[in-house]
Order: sequence, then structure tokens, then C-alpha cells
Amino acid sequence: MLMDDSLRELYQEVILDHSRHPRHFGALADATHVGEGFNPLCGDRVKIYLILGADNRIADIKFEGKGCAISQASASLMTDMIVGRTVEEVEKLMGGFLNLVKGEDVQGLSPDDRERLEVMGGVSAFPMRVKCATLAWHTMKSALEGGTAAKTE
Amino acid sequence: MNAPAKLPMFDAAAARADFEILSREVYGKPLVYLDSAASAQKPRQVLDAMRDFATSEYANVHRGVHYLSATATERYEAARESVRRFLNAAHADEIVFTKGGTEAINLVSYSFLAPRIQPGDEIVLSVMEHHSNIVPWHFLRERQGAVLRWVDVRDDGSLDIEALDDAIGAKTKLVAITHMSNVLGTVTPLKEIVARAHAKGVPVLADGCQGAVHGRVDVRDLDIDFYAITGHKLYGPTGIGALYAKRAHLKAMRPFNGGGEMIREVTRDVVTYADPPARFEAGTPPIIESVGLAAALDYLSSMDRTAIAAHEHDLLSYAREQLRELNWVRVIGDAPGKGAILSFEADGMHAHDLATILDREGVAVRAGHHCAQVLMERFNVASTTRASFALYNTREDVDVFVAALHKARGILG
Repeated sequence: MLMDDSLRELYQEVILDHSRHPRHFGALADATHVGEGFNPLCGDRVKIYLILGADNRIADIKFEGKGCAISQASASLMTDMIVGRTVEEVEKLMGGFLNLVKGEDVQGLSPDDRERLEVMGGVSAFPMRVKCATLAWHTMKSALEGGTAAKTE
Repeated sequence: MNAPAKLPMFDAAAARADFEILSREVYGKPLVYLDSAASAQKPRQVLDAMRDFATSEYANVHRGVHYLSATATERYEAARESVRRFLNAAHADEIVFTKGGTEAINLVSYSFLAPRIQPGDEIVLSVMEHHSNIVPWHFLRERQGAVLRWVDVRDDGSLDIEALDDAIGAKTKLVAITHMSNVLGTVTPLKEIVARAHAKGVPVLADGCQGAVHGRVDVRDLDIDFYAITGHKLYGPTGIGALYAKRAHLKAMRPFNGGGEMIREVTRDVVTYADPPARFEAGTPPIIESVGLAAALDYLSSMDRTAIAAHEHDLLSYAREQLRELNWVRVIGDAPGKGAILSFEADGMHAHDLATILDREGVAVRAGHHCAQVLMERFNVASTTRASFALYNTREDVDVFVAALHKARGILG
């Protein structure tokens, strides 16, 4: 059935695997940038630690968090994808991701990036859940910008 | 399912026919509405009353000398009388209309308690309060140095009356407590609480937003000082609620909002205030909503409320029994005599993921902290899923709900 399809798409195996076995989970003692995100509506929390190298690349990144499968999987996938990239590349990736989860046209992503992000695309059929998917990304961005707390409501 | 069917004491199927929204579908599935603790659906009697009033008798109240202003004022004051009767207050002027339960509690905080608070004075409240019965007291902590004394609940969610009694001391200026927890379903022994507090000369405010829905309230029998209700959980409209307060308290209270209708005389130099309840009803009140609220209370009173309570309790027990068989579900709140609210956690499933899947099965539940973060912390959970039952729910609703839980387990578990 149609509804079941959209649920299966939302909670596909890759998402559940990321949420059950998050990559890059934990703290970084020598982080250069730290950001904390909180969604006051549902209580999702995420804390991002990252090390920005002299070459403007993200040398390492970790996250801690508590929340729904979507928010945790999104954080895990994000950390997996942005490590090693420059700040500019990360911002481009984030732009594409935000378009994707809102069901808008996605441009400027490499086919490989697009394919990896596509697993989160099912969120676009659940407008109430988009903020769960974007929390980690907004938190990462606020960490890069100086670590003010991010919020998605 | 397998539980022995009881003879129906209350005809929920007949009542359902009054609620047109319950026959709609969501995502192609029949709606199963288990979120009445957040807001109840409205029967056609309420909607008709509001429409009829607006199409034949409406104008502003207490102002004009014209015909419609008189009919509208009559209806508005008749609604006040309906609330008085519903709560069994002694006098209609002890009922102040507000925009909801939250405003009713804020009114007590601002107009009654704030002028009496010295730094170090205490307000006693339980950990199971809704934010609407916490934040107005935090204001007094922030602004005037009041101290909040928290009374814990037991692991089953019941209130420890002795702990509450111990918390009431020489500096206590108010006990603020829920009549029924919106998360745990716990019903507090209000009469006993009032007796203990009054023995120490302390007034009591009850948040009755849930309590007034599920059982009869008699403010005189309780001897309670303040009782707050909201219309939309009582099958009435949004935008209206009421505060019951003893006449002597209201007379001693300073105004809340300033504006029209709450004054006696305004000059360039001075202003004198109207007597209660008008003193606390500045501006044009929710007039159409007052008629809707009165219709809702009439609707409830036209039925056997003991039978409604028994029906809701049957749904609660029926659901509770089925969840007991699921070793991956943990119910939070099992206090004896609790109301028809079921909050739970499910292993490996966050409340929001679970609620999303239930939603696609047509089942509306609440997921989150339920505006009770202090309680969430007490039970060491970030969020729970909550199913709440109303007079129009049936055992079939519970069956669909439980089947949907199994489905969610299949997808997420």
C-alpha cells in the first residue's frame, strides 16, 4: 500500500542501521568547534564536536545525542559524509540536503553525494519530521560559526 | 479481543454520532482519536449552539443598550451560571472567564499571590505539574525570590500525601497541584490536600484541566480556594476557560489585564475597578465561545457522568491489560484510581517514530514531553507516547491502537 511504502521509505534499513549503530558517536576532547542543538518540541538533542584543520578541512568530527531514529541517523550520516571536506564543500552539501528533505529541487551535488543523501529523502513526505532530520546539520553549522546553540522548531 | 465483554453502561456508539469528525479518515484509514487529553473533539451540540447564537443573538456584551447586546449579555452570564453549576460553586460571581486554564493560573499568580510574596516564601507543587502550573510560579521565583518546593511522586505515579504535608511549612504561601496528571493519569486526593493545607492556613490551587473532564467536581465540598478549567478539553471550544475562586479571594485580588469592562470609573488622574468577576475580564471576552462552553457542559451534564467515567476506565483497563502482555512496552503511571491516560515507552522506538507510524494507521496519539519536563526528568525519560481516552472512544479503538503498535514494532523493532 502507498502509505506503507512511504513509511518503509522513511524507516529504510540504512536509516535504522545508522540510528542503531551511529558512526562517529562520542566526544572529541581536542575539538576546535563545539555546537549544541536542541529541539524543544520533541526533546531531540545533539552535540557536535569537530576539529577544523589549518587547511580549512574538517579533520575529525563526532557527535553525541539522544532522540528519534531520524535525528540520530541524520547526525550519523552527516558526520560520515563531511569528514575530510572543506567548509565550503560542507555548506554546499548542507544546501543540497535541506532541499532534499523539504522535497525541493536538489542541485549542485555530485551523483555519489546525492545517492548517499537520498536515503533521508523519505522525510519529505513527513513535514512534521523534517526538523528531526535537519537538527544535526544546523548544529554543525552553528558549531562552525562559533558554537551558538542551534534550535529547530 | 479476549477480555470478557462487559455490558455497556454507557452507549459510546451513540455518543460518537454526535462527533462528526470521528467518522472521517486519515491516510485512508478510519480515524482513531486517542489525543483527547491534548484537546477533545466537539459534539454538534456545541457547534450548533455557537452557530445559532452567532446567527441570531450576537453582539458585544455589557455595553450597548440595544436588543442584541442584551441577549448576548444574557447568554454570556448564563454561561457563567453553567460553569457555576458544573463546579457547584456557591456564587456565579466566583467564576472568572479566561482564555484557558493557563490564563486562569497566571491570573492567580499575578493577582493573588505576587503581592503576598516576600523573598524566601514558598510555593509547594508536585513534580507532575503541567508547565502551565509551573512557569507562573517560576515567574515569582525569578522576580520576587519565591522558593519552589517540589513534592515527588512514587514510582507508580501516585502522590505521597505525607510528603506533601511535610513540604507545607511556615513560609508556604500556596499549594499548586494538578487534580489529574496529563501524563500519568494520577488523580490527586484533592479534598485531603485542601484539608492538610488549610490546617496550616495555606490556600490551594488545583489545575483541573484534566480532572474536571473525567469526574464530577464540587468546589464547595473540596473547600478549594482556586480551581482552573479549560473549555477545549471539556468538549467545548478553544479560547475559553475559567477560574473558580472563593469570593473573598477575588475581592482581595488586584486587577490582571487593564482595559474596558474591568473599570468603574476612569479619569485623567485615577481609575477605580469593577467588582469581580468583571475586574478580571478586561476587553471583549470570548462571547461565542462562552455559549459553546455552556453547551459542552450541558452536553456532559445531560449524560450519566458516573457511567462515562466507568466507560473510560474500562477502556483504560482494556488497553492496560494488552500492553502488559508486551514485554517491550513500559507503562509510566499506574497509580490506583488513575484516569484514562496511558503513557508509555517502547524498547528501541522513540516516541516520535512510533507516533509517526501510528499516525499512518489513522491513530492519533501524543508524543513528546507533554509540557511536563520536570516529570520526564523524574522518570528519566526524554519523551513518552500517550494515548488518552474520552467518552467517544471504544474498545475497537484500543484494538486498532494495539495492532498499530505491533506494526510499528515490525518496522522499527
